[in-house]
Formats: sequence, structure tokens, C-alpha cells
Amino acid sequence: MPLKILVTSKRVEDPEALILVKADGSGIETQGLSYRINPFDEIAVEEALRLKEEHGGEVVVASIGAADCVSEIRVALAMGADRGIRVDHEGPLDPGMVAAILQKLVEGEQPDLVILGKQSVDDDQNQVGQILAQRMGWARATFASKEESLESTAEKTRQCGLRLAADGTSIRVVREVDGGLETLELSLPAVITTDLRLNIPRITSVPGIMKARKKPVREIQVEELGIELQPAVIVRKLHSPSKRGGGLRVKTVQELWDKVHGEAGVL
Amino acid sequence: MPNILVVAEHFNGQLRKASRSALGAAGALAARTGGQVSGLVVGYRVGGVAEDLAAHGIPVAVVDLPALTHYLSESYAPVVAAAARAAGATWVVGAATAQGKDLLPCVAALMGGVCATDAIAFTGEGQEVLVRRPMWAGNVLADVELRGEIKVVSIRATEFAAAEKAGLPGSVKALPVAVDESAIRTRFIAFAGSGGDRPDLTEARVVISGGRGTNGDFSEIEALADLLNAAIGSSRAAVDAGWAAGDLQVGQTGKVVAPEVYIAAGISGAQQHLAGMKGAKVIIAINTDPEAPIFQVADYGVVGDLFEVLPALRSLVAASQKQGT
Repeated sequence: MPLKILVTSKRVEDPEALILVKADGSGIETQGLSYRINPFDEIAVEEALRLKEEHGGEVVVASIGAADCVSEIRVALAMGADRGIRVDHEGPLDPGMVAAILQKLVEGEQPDLVILGKQSVDDDQNQVGQILAQRMGWARATFASKEESLESTAEKTRQCGLRLAADGTSIRVVREVDGGLETLELSLPAVITTDLRLNIPRITSVPGIMKARKKPVREIQVEELGIELQPAVIVRKLHSPSKRGGGLRVKTVQELWDKVHGEAGVL
Repeated sequence: MPNILVVAEHFNGQLRKASRSALGAAGALAARTGGQVSGLVVGYRVGGVAEDLAAHGIPVAVVDLPALTHYLSESYAPVVAAAARAAGATWVVGAATAQGKDLLPCVAALMGGVCATDAIAFTGEGQEVLVRRPMWAGNVLADVELRGEIKVVSIRATEFAAAEKAGLPGSVKALPVAVDESAIRTRFIAFAGSGGDRPDLTEARVVISGGRGTNGDFSEIEALADLLNAAIGSSRAAVDAGWAAGDLQVGQTGKVVAPEVYIAAGISGAQQHLAGMKGAKVIIAINTDPEAPIFQVADYGVVGDLFEVLPALRSLVAASQKQGT
């Protein structure tokens, strides 16, 4: 049964980059920073593409932001997504606002599945999927993972971690929870958020990037969605975390033991 | 009155230690807002958990139904919302565990409230309470204002002192809430535990983590963990390689731990790993690379091969345990 899947592609600072807080705490220093698709969203796009390859259907990728976030939509299109939607928005967003926008897109597109990253690596809020599912009244599973490791044959042969039932009305999700893995069965339509171990996203190819240029990206103004957005999580001030002391080197294990057991009194 | 409801969590019939920290956080919040703290236990056959929570001197509401045997945000969120209304709570607090992070945003959405994840402190001046939380993998701390009637907060358990038991236990009362099972579109199928007999990673006194340097061989880590009754953790690289279970990953996107002793064996110390363990009291790092960033946060660093250092450390621990020192 073909699936229509909506995925997200947030533009975030490169997670490998050094993030520095501005002296007045009003934001981070953005000069020289590079941007990329949120790694968790990239996993969501990959899983959506695998589902489409196995079952057929369509993958629609959405991003919310200024004109520059089209580049993250293009990455998902180059991976193989079919079309994009950019909701134009300048300024801060909080999870409730993002979920409200996505809800409008979901109502318009009516996908069978929404797959999104469990969190974005900038705000680290881990809320949008949950709020969206609750507002839609849909089945949901956060932190989607799989039993097989990322080194397994299942992964190397790009098998879906999310398993659609034969009749196409439900999907099984293995979740990473405290103390182990949990399996849930969701009646479609459903919202799923991805954890790190669901898959290894494909690398975009030159033909993929060429094709992506011709794929449609629709632009929508927030006003067109008929919603009024008011931020409810307001960042007032940023700080740098205090540095942890450390750096003491010991030469031998005996010396380590003398310090740890003898001086610090632990172990 | 801005009352505070603490949503407690349980595992294998026991109150989770993280929930005691959530109770501690609620106490710190109450000192600022002046509200009453009460607790909520949801599940099936959870009377003992409710008694344990009430022993901390707070009134506890319990919703005990077969339909709530397995945690699902779809069935639990309406129960928490009903309990919050019954308690007159404007703050709902829980631990930022996998369950808490899954559940609490749903509660906020259901109540038209606002949610903050991973709170590490309550800040702000006077009447105004701000929530301090990490962003960018812990490289930045943000003080955020929550603008809404209902404020829902998941707290990082390692950052708040666990509440102590009180002399006089609070009351335990069943809260009449119905669960409409026909409306639940998510079904529990199975749970596969990964920890075995070891202590919970987030609750253990000693954590020993292995990374790329183990090359997939965790036997020395396991042997020392056996001796110290320690939990085993891992870096993301080791989990991705399939050497350790996913829920053992320590880091900003995995488990955040703050044990008394953290031993990092063969872990270079990527930023996101450090964000998950730098709250440990004592950090010991073992790595062959003297330039590894883990050494910058380690209290004691040994440049060496973990397959030589760990057995040597184990014999010293064993000798000391034998002598009873």
C-alpha cells in the first residue's frame, strides 16, 4: 500500500561546530558557522525514503524558516524526497509554534505518516512530534530505533526499521526507552520521531542533486495558514556553562589508585 | 495558588530514583512560587509506588487501572492532565527520562500549556521564575521564560537533589479517572530489557563506559563493573558499531549521568558525550591518545591501553576489597 509521508528538515548549526555565546548573552556568535540539516531529521528523511522504496508513495519535506532554509529542503530532495514546502518565518520559534504550523500542513496534505527528528541539535527541546501527535489525536511513537545494529546486514541492505503491516493500516516501531527497547504498533495515520540508531542516512549523489533542482518547493506565508503564532518559550538570556576542572595526568595505575582510592576516597 | 504536581515514574514496581529528584526540584520550585506540592502515580498495581512517594511527606493521587498497565503517552497524558486540574496545579514537573520526555509535552499540549525540557535549575528574580536548560548539546545554557497558564517541566535528575523521606507520610487517594481504551490508537507489543542484573545507568554509583578504543571487546569493562557493581555505558561510536545497546549511550542525545565515579575507557570525548557525563563527581579517563579531549575534563587521566590499565586497576580494587579497606 503506497504511503504518503511528511518529513521535516530543519536548518541547524553544524553539530561539530564550536558554539560560543555572545558577550551580552543575547544569542550565539553566528559568524563563520556552517549550517546543515538537523541530523535527526536526516534520519527521518532516510526512513521515509526506504518506506517509499518498499511500499511506494510520496515523500514531502517541510521546513520552517527564512529563505536560506531552502538549502536543507534541497538536501532532502537530493536524497530522494519528491517535493518541498517552506513555511516562511523570521524570528524565534518554539515547539508549540512549530507544531501548530506542522498541524496546518498535515491537515492540508493528509499524510499517512509524519516522521521527524526526536529533537533538533540547536534547541534540544524534543517536543514537536509529541505536541503534533497530541493535537492531531494520532497514534505516536517517539525515539524510533531498531533491534539490528547500524553495522548489521539489515542496515547494509537498507531495510526499513519501521515495519508496515501487510494490510497497510498499522506500523510497528521499536523505541529506545529507559532500560531497553520497546515495540509499539501504531494505527495509521501516525507521528513518529527518530532516534540515532534507526538508520544511516544515504549520501546525496550528483545526479540526485541535479534532479533536486527541478523538484518543486512551495512557499507558504504563516498568515496563509490562518494561525496566529505567539511564542510561549522565550529565551531571555544565554550563558556559557562553567568549565569543569581536570586535566591531571597520572603515570601508572598504582598512582591512579593511590589518588582515587587514597586521596579522593572513592572506589 | 500555583500548586505543583509531580508526575512519578516507576519501573519493575519501584519508584524511579529520578522521580525523587523531580520531587526535589518541585520543592525548590515551591520555595519560589509558594504552591503546594503533590504527587501522581499512574499505572496498574502501583499502590506500593504511591505509598513510597507519599512517604516523602506529600499527598499522592493514584490512578490504578488495568488499561494503564503499559505506559503510552496517549493513555497517560489525559490522566496527568485530569490530575493536574484536580490538584489545582499550574506547574507539572517530571524527570527528563525517556518516558518523561515523551509524556510531558503531550500533557502541555492537552492542557494548552507550555513545556520546557531538561531543566537544570530554576532561576530569575523575585516572583518571576525562569527555567535554565541546556541547548546546543550543553555548549550553551539558556534561561527561558514560560508564558502560559500551565507550565510543564521535565527536569534533569542529575541536577537536583533527591527529596528525602519525611517523618509523617502524606495521604494516598485514588483519583477517579476513566480511560477510553477504544480511543487509543497505539498498542504496546513488547519490551526487551538490555541491562541484565546491572544497576540502572542513570542511578548507578559507578559507571564504566567504553568507546571506540574497546574495538568491540567490553570484557575488561564488564569484569571491572562486576567487581564494583557498576553500570556500563558507552560512547555513540561504540553503540553505532553494535558493540553496546542503544540505551547505554551516554551523551546529550542519550543518557545523562552523574555518578560518583565515571570511568571513560577508550573514549575520545566528543562534545556531545561530555555533555552527558561531566556532572560526575570524579572522572577517570583511559585513552591511548594523549590529545584526546576527554583528558580536559578528567580528574585523573591515564595515557595507556585500556586492556592493560583496566586489568591492573581490577587487581588493585580486588586486593583492596579483600583487605576490607
